[in-house]
Amino acid sequence: MQSRNSKIGLVLFTIYLIVYGGFVFLNAFAPERMEATPIAGLNLAILYGFGLIIGAIVLSGLYGFLCREKSGSNNKEPRA
Amino acid sequence: MIHELSWKAVIFFSIFVGFTLGLSFWLGRKAKSSEGFFAAHGQIPWFVNGIAFAGDYLSAASFLGICGMIAFYGYDGFLYSIGYLAGWIVALFVIAEPMKRLGRFTFADALDSKFNSPGIKLAAGISTLAVSIFYLIPQMVGAGVLVQPLLALDHWVGVVLVGTVVILIVVTAGMVSTTWVQFLKGTLLVFFSAILTWMILQKGFKVEKGGNDGYQFRSMANVDFADIKNSDGIVGSLPNVDVVSSGNKTDGFITSDVTGTADGWEKSKEAFLRLQDRTTRAITVWHLKRRNAKADTSCDLTEAQTVTKLANGDILVNGLPRGTRPGQAVLHPIGFLKSLPDGKTETGPVSPIEFFSILQQSEIVLWRNEKILHADKAETTVYYQKITPGSQVLRPGENPIFKGIRGEKFSDKINFLSLMLALFCGTASLPHILIRYYTVKDESSARRSTIVGIVSIGLFYVLTLYMGLGAMTSGALDLSNDNMAAPLLAKSMNTWLFAAISAIAFTTVLGTVSGLILASAGAVAHDLLGSAFGIQMNDDEKVRVAKLSSVVVGAIAIALGILFKDMNVSFLVGWAFSVAASANLPSLVMILFWPRVTRQGIITAIVVGMVSSLGWILLSAEAFEKIYGLDVLKTPAIVPFSQPGIVTIPLGFLTLVVVSLMTKRRKES
Repeated sequence: MQSRNSKIGLVLFTIYLIVYGGFVFLNAFAPERMEATPIAGLNLAILYGFGLIIGAIVLSGLYGFLCREKSGSNNKEPRA
Repeated sequence: MIHELSWKAVIFFSIFVGFTLGLSFWLGRKAKSSEGFFAAHGQIPWFVNGIAFAGDYLSAASFLGICGMIAFYGYDGFLYSIGYLAGWIVALFVIAEPMKRLGRFTFADALDSKFNSPGIKLAAGISTLAVSIFYLIPQMVGAGVLVQPLLALDHWVGVVLVGTVVILIVVTAGMVSTTWVQFLKGTLLVFFSAILTWMILQKGFKVEKGGNDGYQFRSMANVDFADIKNSDGIVGSLPNVDVVSSGNKTDGFITSDVTGTADGWEKSKEAFLRLQDRTTRAITVWHLKRRNAKADTSCDLTEAQTVTKLANGDILVNGLPRGTRPGQAVLHPIGFLKSLPDGKTETGPVSPIEFFSILQQSEIVLWRNEKILHADKAETTVYYQKITPGSQVLRPGENPIFKGIRGEKFSDKINFLSLMLALFCGTASLPHILIRYYTVKDESSARRSTIVGIVSIGLFYVLTLYMGLGAMTSGALDLSNDNMAAPLLAKSMNTWLFAAISAIAFTTVLGTVSGLILASAGAVAHDLLGSAFGIQMNDDEKVRVAKLSSVVVGAIAIALGILFKDMNVSFLVGWAFSVAASANLPSLVMILFWPRVTRQGIITAIVVGMVSSLGWILLSAEAFEKIYGLDVLKTPAIVPFSQPGIVTIPLGFLTLVVVSLMTKRRKES
C-alpha cells in the first residue's frame, strides 16, 4: 500500500509542480501576460493564482480518495 | 494614527487567553509522559490535527503581513499566499506518510531511523533550533507591535505577555494543549476571515475623496507653472498662500528662485510643492506631477501628508504636534477609489467575481512615501498619492520586493524564482510543522489531516486577496503601520468585529509561537541532550528537561522580541523558509527515495545546506540594507541576488549524493 500511495503521490506532485512552475516562470519572464483578461473580466494573475490554490485543494482531495480506495480493496501487502 | 484602547478587544483577548490556559491546565493533568508531551500520545483526531496545522502554520506574517502588503501594493502579497500553500503539496504527496511511519517525536527521528547516529541528531537538532529561532523573532516582535494599538500597552509588555502565556501553554501539557490552542485559533481565523470577506462583498465599492475620518484630500488640476513662480499669494484655487519651496533639482524645476528655503526638499526624488498659509502659517505639502515631462508649462497637484521627526524626538504630523486635541494633528486614514467603471459612484453588493472585474476597471488612490533629511538632522516622511489603474493593482510586480520581475535585470528574475522555490520547498521542511505528524495515530490519519490542513489553509489564502483589497478600499488604512490593515478593515465595518479580529490576530501569534517553542524543546531535550550527547534520562526526567527547555527558549524568544523591536523583521520568515528548505529538505526527500543514503551524507547535507543558505543570506543585499544598514549602491552585496534557495537547495542535494556515494563504498569495502 505504501508504494502505491507514494506512486500516486509522486504523479500528482509532478502535475502540480509543472503547473506551479508555469506560474512562476510566466511571472518572472513574461509578467505582462498576467494582465490579459480572458474570462469574466478577471486577469490571468488572479485566475492562475486562484487556480493554483483551488487546484491544490482538488488534487489533495483526489489523493485522499485514491488512497482510501486502495486500502479498502487490496490487503495483500502487510500494513505498516 | 493614534489608536485608542479597545475594551472590546481586551475582553475578547482575555476570554481567549483565559479559556486557553484553563484548557491547558486541565489537559496538563493527563499529559505526564514524554509520549504525551511531545506527541499528544498520538491520539489527536485527524480532523482536529488538520485544523491545528492551519493554526500552526498561519502565522502573524500570513495574516497581518500578507493582508497589509496587498492593501498597500495590490496583487504581490498574494504571491506569498500561493507559494505558502503550494508548499503543502510537497508535504502531502511526498513527506506526510513516511514522516509518520519513520519518526517518533521529531523529524530528526525520521532522518535517523536507519542509522541511530548521534551526528544526525546533532545536525538536525541544531538546524531545528536555527530555523525556529528565525521564525520566532518576527512572531514576538509582531506581538509587541499588535499590543500597542490594541491594548495601549508598551511594546515589551506585549512581548512578555505572549511569551508568558505561551510558556504556560507549552509547559502545562506540551503538544496536547498546543494542539487545542492551534485548533481553536485555526477555526476562529478562517471563520472570521470568511465573515469579513462576506461583509466586504456586501459593502461593495464607493468613490471617495478621503478616508473614513471624513477628511477630503484636495487636488488641483492643470495649475500653471507661472502661478507657482509669481508671488501674488494665489496658487491654483488656493488663495492667501506663499510658496515655501517647490520641485527638486533632478526635475530641473524651480528651487532657488522661490521664497524661503528648501532645506533638503531640493534633493527629493519626487517633486513636492510646499505652501504656507499667510494667516495661520500652516504649511501644506503637495505632490507635483508635470502635465508635460519636457516643458515647464503646467502641473497637477494632490495633497500629501507628512510626519516629521524632529532632532529632539518630537513628532509633527502635517506640520502640527501629533495628538488629538485642538491644534494637534494625526495622519488621516486612507484607502479609497478615485473612479469606478462607467462613471458610477457606488456599486452596492458585488459577487466574488465582480469584486475583481470592477476593481480591474477602477482607479485606486494608493500612497507612496519618501524620506527627506533636513540640515538639523530632523527627518520628514512625505506620504503622497499615486493614482493607480485597477489593472495595475491586480498584476504582479508593483511591490519593491517583486518589481524586479518587470525590469531587465536577469538576477532580479532569478531572485524571484529562488523565493518561490524556497516557499515551495520550505513548508515541508519546517520542524514545527513536521512534529505535528506524530500527534495522530497512523499514516492514513497523517494523510487525512494534511488534506484538512490544505483545505483550510487554501480557503484562508483565497480570502487574503479579498481582505487585502477590501482594506485597500476601506478608507481605514493607517499609513504609518501596514500590519494593521486587516484589523482596521474590520474596525471600519463594526467595532465588535474589530475586537474579535484583533484578539484573533493576537492569538495567531500564540498558536504559532507555541508550536515553535515545542519544536525547539523537542530538539533540545530529545535530539541534542537525549541522543546527540547521550545523556541517560528516564521518561519523567525527559519531560522535565523538555519543560525547562521550553522556558529557556521562551525566555530567549522574549529577549529577542524586545531586542529587535525597532526592526521590520518580517523578512526573517522568508529566511527561515530558505534555511529550512536548504538544510532539511534534501535529507528528508532522499532518505525516502534513495536507498544508498549514508549517515555521513545526511550530516554533511544538513550542515552544508544550513551554512550555505545562512552565509548567502548574510552576504546578500537584503542583509546589507536591513541588518547592517549599508547603502548597496555604495557597498555592493557579495552575492548576486538575495534569495539563496535556487543555489543552496540543489547544493544540499548534490552534497548528500556525493558524500553518500563516497562513504558507501568505503563501508562496503
